[in-house]
Amino acid sequence: MSDSFFFHNGEELLAKCAEHKMGIWEVMLNYEVQLSGKSREEVMENLRVRLCVMFDSIESAIKNPEISASGMAGKSTPLLAKAVRDFKKIGGELLMDEVAVRAMLGAIATGENNARMGVILAFPTAGAAGVIPGVMYGAKSKFGFTEDQLIKMMLTASAVGIIIANTATLSGAASGCQAEIGSATAMAAAALTEIRGKNPEISLHAAAIALKNLIGLACDPIGGLVEVPCIKRNAVAAVYSMAASDMAYLGIESVVPFDEVVRAMREVGELISPKLRETALGGLATTPTGQSIAKKMGLMHISCNSCNN
Amino acid sequence: MFSLFDIAGPIMVGPSSSHTAGAAKIGQFARAIFDATPTKVHFLLHGSFGEVYKGHATDRALLGGIMKMPPNDPRIKEAFFIAAEKGIMACFEPGNLGTSYHPNSVKITLENDERKMEIIGSSIGGGNIVINRIDGFDVNLTGNSAEQYFTLVTENENTPGILAKITGFLDRKGVRIVNMQSSYLAFENKVLSVLSVDKELTLPEVLELEKEEGVLFARSLKKLPQ
Repeated sequence: MSDSFFFHNGEELLAKCAEHKMGIWEVMLNYEVQLSGKSREEVMENLRVRLCVMFDSIESAIKNPEISASGMAGKSTPLLAKAVRDFKKIGGELLMDEVAVRAMLGAIATGENNARMGVILAFPTAGAAGVIPGVMYGAKSKFGFTEDQLIKMMLTASAVGIIIANTATLSGAASGCQAEIGSATAMAAAALTEIRGKNPEISLHAAAIALKNLIGLACDPIGGLVEVPCIKRNAVAAVYSMAASDMAYLGIESVVPFDEVVRAMREVGELISPKLRETALGGLATTPTGQSIAKKMGLMHISCNSCNN
Repeated sequence: MFSLFDIAGPIMVGPSSSHTAGAAKIGQFARAIFDATPTKVHFLLHGSFGEVYKGHATDRALLGGIMKMPPNDPRIKEAFFIAAEKGIMACFEPGNLGTSYHPNSVKITLENDERKMEIIGSSIGGGNIVINRIDGFDVNLTGNSAEQYFTLVTENENTPGILAKITGFLDRKGVRIVNMQSSYLAFENKVLSVLSVDKELTLPEVLELEKEEGVLFARSLKKLPQ
């Protein structure tokens, strides 16, 4: 038995969990202790600070909503915040329950705070920063997670993020939005599953189900800004994570194992045109609306799609 | 290997880890090595930096970094205003540094009454940076290294034994060298050395090192705040 906690892919992570009889979160914690030479307490404290940043970011956007410089972001947080406040009254008309609406609020508030240059935690990236705090904000209201449990969720999520970063990438410029929002949903789904008492295998099934759903997602932001479609995409992705986690929780397995899904994501990333990799040269960025907003903002490096047709 | 905090981080002012957080870090490094408040700063924005810097506040982040603001400092949003108050003249210009540089790169020229310095740095993703050039010398110093260790930069005449002189000096001061790189500029017959070290040199020690024959200047940098 080796004393190492290092892992590079899902298979190695599961082996470490079995070897040390630990959950994903605890293997991740030991990995970091081993890598950094810091104590367990120091690592946990550092995570606590980051957890506070995530929740402060949500609260600050709810308390002081602000329209971003482009005018595209800042209007959704107040609407969702109002829905959460009046959920008893309005909840009957909505399709989703309070947990899901809160998750969307947490995700959108983070994204809108990012767009107006508020302080956020890039987890795993700034563009996909809303998904994980979003599901925490939602699920916490139902299960009453403690600070300690939320930190464990951060650890589980980070382990999944490390695997994706090792095998593929977390960068939209390199591999499209699947690498950012896709990765974030996989991270969140695994965290939601493990914190509800499921074992590491089942948690990685949740991650696989979530990531499979977003393979091929283009990174086509208007004007190259981290606003449209990024912010609302975070909200929908938070709900995806919960769906994937519930499926795994009920015993549904991913036919393709997580490691293979990540490799498939990398392959698809190589096939995605550079126009759809954070260059604002295709997709939503080059729609008439996208181009006119970019022009108004003075962000003119837009090719003309319609001329090519 | 990736650290937990490469994934759960950085804590930063939005909106983009590469265009905002990384930009602030490059600015911070430039300020640290210039070692004074500049009166004039020119930013040549290369590649994607030049194309989308306005929308991502790359300009404010770079300028904030020049005023010692780390990527998570909310004052970055007011960087233009604060720079004006401090009397720093800032100019941003999209340009081309050539194909050898990462698409998110910037050349920063800092000036005051006494000196002028030029730094090229790249933001390589997720808020990570690399410093590629200092005053014409090619270097390769990562932001992670500048955060984890103290950095000692020396410019020397290219004489035999000059590096032994510097490392011997550090030995006498009990400073451990973690990493060392040197770059030679044939035209000027000078060598720039960048050393990552485990202890910061005190000001008298830096002055003492500068008195060594062949050492033109030495600068000891604190760890960049994360």
